[in-house]
Amino acid sequence: MREITSEEVTRAVESLCISSNCGLSEDVWKALRENLENEESLVGKEVLEEILENDRMAEREKLPMCQDTGFTVIFVEMGQEVRITGGDFYEAINRGVRNGYRKGYLRKSVVGDPLRRNNTGDNSPAWVHIDIVVGNRLKISVMPKGAGSENMSTVKILSPAEGVQGVKKFVLDWVRERGANACPPLVVGVGIGGTFEGVAKLAKKALLRPIGSKNSEPFYAEMEEELLREINNLGLGPQGLGGSTTALAVHIETYPCHIASLPLAINLQCHAVRHGTIVL
Amino acid sequence: MASPTKLETPLNEETISKLKIGERVLLSGIVYTARDQAHKRLFDELERARRENRQPNLPFPLEGQVIYYVGPAPSRPGMVIGPAGPTTSCRMDPYTPILLEKGLKGTIGKGRRGKDTIEAMKKYKAIYFVAVGGAAVLISKKIKRAETMAYEDLGPEAIYRLDVEDFPLIVANDVYGNDLFDEGIKKYRKVTCQGE
Repeated sequence: MREITSEEVTRAVESLCISSNCGLSEDVWKALRENLENEESLVGKEVLEEILENDRMAEREKLPMCQDTGFTVIFVEMGQEVRITGGDFYEAINRGVRNGYRKGYLRKSVVGDPLRRNNTGDNSPAWVHIDIVVGNRLKISVMPKGAGSENMSTVKILSPAEGVQGVKKFVLDWVRERGANACPPLVVGVGIGGTFEGVAKLAKKALLRPIGSKNSEPFYAEMEEELLREINNLGLGPQGLGGSTTALAVHIETYPCHIASLPLAINLQCHAVRHGTIVL
Repeated sequence: MASPTKLETPLNEETISKLKIGERVLLSGIVYTARDQAHKRLFDELERARRENRQPNLPFPLEGQVIYYVGPAPSRPGMVIGPAGPTTSCRMDPYTPILLEKGLKGTIGKGRRGKDTIEAMKKYKAIYFVAVGGAAVLISKKIKRAETMAYEDLGPEAIYRLDVEDFPLIVANDVYGNDLFDEGIKKYRKVTCQGE
């Protein structure tokens, strides 16, 4: 067994909370710059320029790019030969969230109860997904998820007869109706298959993939390309004000499912596509 | 493209009647922040006052004013305010028509407005501006002074009085019922798209 201390976990989460909020990853910079070149609308171009200027300022001044520094979603891939020492793993993660949001001057956007709505004051608790994998490493990915894009996400169980066309139609209709409010240009995470709860996780995990990456199966890689083209043909554009750049990417993730169902989930992500990963 | 129109708050009907959707604006003067919970409180007070047949007791007068939908990030020592970009406006739709009826002239946020809000803007002659969602640092530099005015217990959802200078905005709904989101899609939509 390889031992990793809870303090190491806390430090990794703390640093990822700050870094993912205060700067774009390289693939997102590249995608935004390329789309600025190609954007057909003048208003759209100006919006993209303003976004890029904002993100440069944020990086220079080490400030969060957006005031909505999100609910902290954390994906963990834990090697089965890893043992966490020195305390509760979840507490180690939440301590990292609390430290990061305090030290980084990030907004505390979590209420402790969904209906009575009192702010927890420290952005904890995070939502933690853990997958056990082979090996002796611990991979921690932090995705601060803003409500603007999260609120425009959905799960729908289709009937198998609806098939490929049904999936495409639902995704396109959804983005047309809700995309403008989710801070486009978007990354569209699509989960297909699995179960009711599993498909939402697929859609969210799809958002961790770098822009420009493709689904490993040509069938789905093609569907990603086609959906991206069709979404950009919708004309929503940057911030929904009209234009040719509605999405930067469509990422599809799939899983086997029941003979009688076709679960589908759409998790929209804003143009900052905030996330970061540390491997311990 | 024409250079942006300079505007100052408070707004009056004559000035905003000239604004067209898609027009870029640089706004200066006082704007008040309010989002979900602050709106609920304003709305509840207006309702109570109506039931009790008295004048409402609001933290700021609505006449001619502009509300900015924002919950800023905490400010670092030495800064006027933390990053402060717009939040999604449609969540405020249930509360907006009554505020417009009471004299509010402008709102600032991101994303589309609901049908009732657009109707109310036409009826009461008010304007909706969008700021760029996610441009929070850039916008915070346009805020020259910020003070908490009410509902301090709500933290980032409190009402702040902001003094802004050349706040970059785009007119999304004008007083004539036009909608930039609808017009934009019409203009840039390509016919090949499926899913209709």
